[in-house]
Amino acid sequence: MSWEKLEIRTLKDAPKDEYFVAGHRTCQGCGPALACKLIAKAAGPRAVVITATGCMYVANCSYNTTPWAIPWMHAQLGGIGSAVCGAAAAYKAMMRKGKLKKEEIHVIGLAGDGGAADIGLSGISGAMLSGEDHLIITYDNESYANTGVQASSLTPWGAWTTFTPPGKMLRLGNVRVKKDLPKMIAAGHPNVRYVATASTSFPFDLMTKVRKGLAVKGPAFLQVHTPCPKGWKFSPELTVRIGRLAVETGMWTLYEIEDGQFKLSYKPPKRKPVSEYLKLQGRFAHLREPDYRYIQEQVDAACKQLGID
Amino acid sequence: MVKLITTGTTAIATAVKHADVDVISAYPIRPYTGVMNELARMIADGEFDAEYIVADSEHTQFEIAKHAAACGARVFTGSAGIGWAFAHEPLVVTPADRVPVVAMVGNRALDDPGNFGVEHTETLITRDTGWMMCWPENPQEAYDLTLMGYKIAEDPSVLLPYVVCCDGNFITHVRFPVDLPDMETAREFLPPTPPPRVNVLHPDKPLSIAPHVDYYWGTEIRRQMEEGMRNAIEVTKRVHEEFYKVFGRGGPPFIEEIATEDADVALIGLGGMAMPARAAIAQLRSQGKKVGYIKLRRFRPFATEVIRDALKKFKVVAVLDNDFSFGSAFHGGIVFQEIRSALYDVSERPKVVNYLIGLGGREITVDAMRSIYNQVLEIAETGEVKKLVQWVGVRE
Repeated sequence: MSWEKLEIRTLKDAPKDEYFVAGHRTCQGCGPALACKLIAKAAGPRAVVITATGCMYVANCSYNTTPWAIPWMHAQLGGIGSAVCGAAAAYKAMMRKGKLKKEEIHVIGLAGDGGAADIGLSGISGAMLSGEDHLIITYDNESYANTGVQASSLTPWGAWTTFTPPGKMLRLGNVRVKKDLPKMIAAGHPNVRYVATASTSFPFDLMTKVRKGLAVKGPAFLQVHTPCPKGWKFSPELTVRIGRLAVETGMWTLYEIEDGQFKLSYKPPKRKPVSEYLKLQGRFAHLREPDYRYIQEQVDAACKQLGID
Repeated sequence: MVKLITTGTTAIATAVKHADVDVISAYPIRPYTGVMNELARMIADGEFDAEYIVADSEHTQFEIAKHAAACGARVFTGSAGIGWAFAHEPLVVTPADRVPVVAMVGNRALDDPGNFGVEHTETLITRDTGWMMCWPENPQEAYDLTLMGYKIAEDPSVLLPYVVCCDGNFITHVRFPVDLPDMETAREFLPPTPPPRVNVLHPDKPLSIAPHVDYYWGTEIRRQMEEGMRNAIEVTKRVHEEFYKVFGRGGPPFIEEIATEDADVALIGLGGMAMPARAAIAQLRSQGKKVGYIKLRRFRPFATEVIRDALKKFKVVAVLDNDFSFGSAFHGGIVFQEIRSALYDVSERPKVVNYLIGLGGREITVDAMRSIYNQVLEIAETGEVKKLVQWVGVRE
């Protein structure tokens, strides 16, 4: 392994070098861009990153202005699973056949929630079944933010999006329940040795999970919760706070499934009410007290099931 | 050299083995699947070594191929009919990424209605995207054109994807005598590793491939692709010469003339249609009729000058289209549009008519060919074209 140690517990453990650098045009306070920076930092110079269409392609990989100091390539919106599978297979075959020097290359695929949980789901499933060595990371900002904030299957219940606008007849906005992608991946692909969730507001945990996902042999999957000022309608300086509140309220949970064993990464000492998280975001502004109570009930039940409470 | 009686799919699988391909992505759809079955068997038996990925769709297949090629691997994939259509998203962006993907198609009519028969429409609708496209007449040419494909696609002045289009069920499934060289001879022509290129994804040389390009650079990138396609004409000629030196066959690069020396009229078409045409010519020639055939071996790049020079000597040229372009100029076939356009500036040009044949997978027979020849001879004699576009054998 090219890293001194696998786990990053403090700032001292984190490398100083940056591989996702300045020169992109994402929004102020962009959660996904912060995720890219932390992922690249943790992965280091032996990584190759492939990004499916989405904000992290359109807004930050413009011709002649790439922020990636490590090799980077675009994949089709629904192509991330296939792309990393192809890249990993290429290196593996060429190294085995003596066409390429045998050395460490980490293949990372990045896709947004739409690219991963909707249009790219089949390809990711295929990649998870393959014996190829790669890590697929979903940066989950809970909508198709790049195209102007449309609902994806990871948009939470009750959220405004331009496809689910609250109106006079349809009061609630999005009424689909957020798809549980990491559990789908874990349950459906028992060969996958590492599935985890993370948040940009818990950077050490995120960076450690990137390394663990890369260190494990074969495919691995990580879903990172990445607040989005544009799509969630909040002021850019609140990105980290909102990400933290998601975890502290139980709206987002941090865990690992290692060789099939579920383990919570963080247990909030005293869970905060979901309204603290919801009320900071304009996308939930149309909700009323009974809606908050409904969401609270759902979150309480989920937290109980996960062993948080 | 081994002389085998075998199919186009086995011949192509052998070419892939000889090319020492590194990554193969497979998904089943008739009638191309046999090539993947054969490759899976070869790998399982240790005949050669490649990562064989069982894909979950054609979209995945072509995305895998594109990215494996971007990492420097030699790749092979393929499809047929609606499968090729399903792969269209990764397929149409592959040329702009300048990666030498090589694929095979078992030409198949597009559903609906559900159809296993041959039509060339599925690949011809990709003609404007930057893929090089060729049509073998038989399994021997399927082997030859596949092996040549790697050399053309990987040429640093080309770097565009390449597809070998085989008439489904006929070239894919019917056994023909094929000369298959041994591995050593094949590799004398095509070394197992592609020539080095700059756009390879590797940590030793970080670079960003396929970044987001808007109008500011989009035009120049299209222009570079166009140069690659133009260069492919000369490269294809050279590769055919190199192929001939090693194997003593391969034919001319773009068209092959059959019985054209003194012919008044000629038919021109893609792929296996040349076979029934040859039989019809033999019969008609014995009756003293001066008929010939031009086999269009490659459709992209379209060798305009070569085709024009070959066709201008005839009184009448009939373009056979096993495809159709609904609502197009004269309501004709796709090949017809291009041939007619290529002859426009010739001062004494032949009459160019169009026959739509085998649509929906109907068999293309010797009788039909003979009938077309007789109609075309009549046009040559009278100088009168009664109907520019004819549907062959249609019940009306």
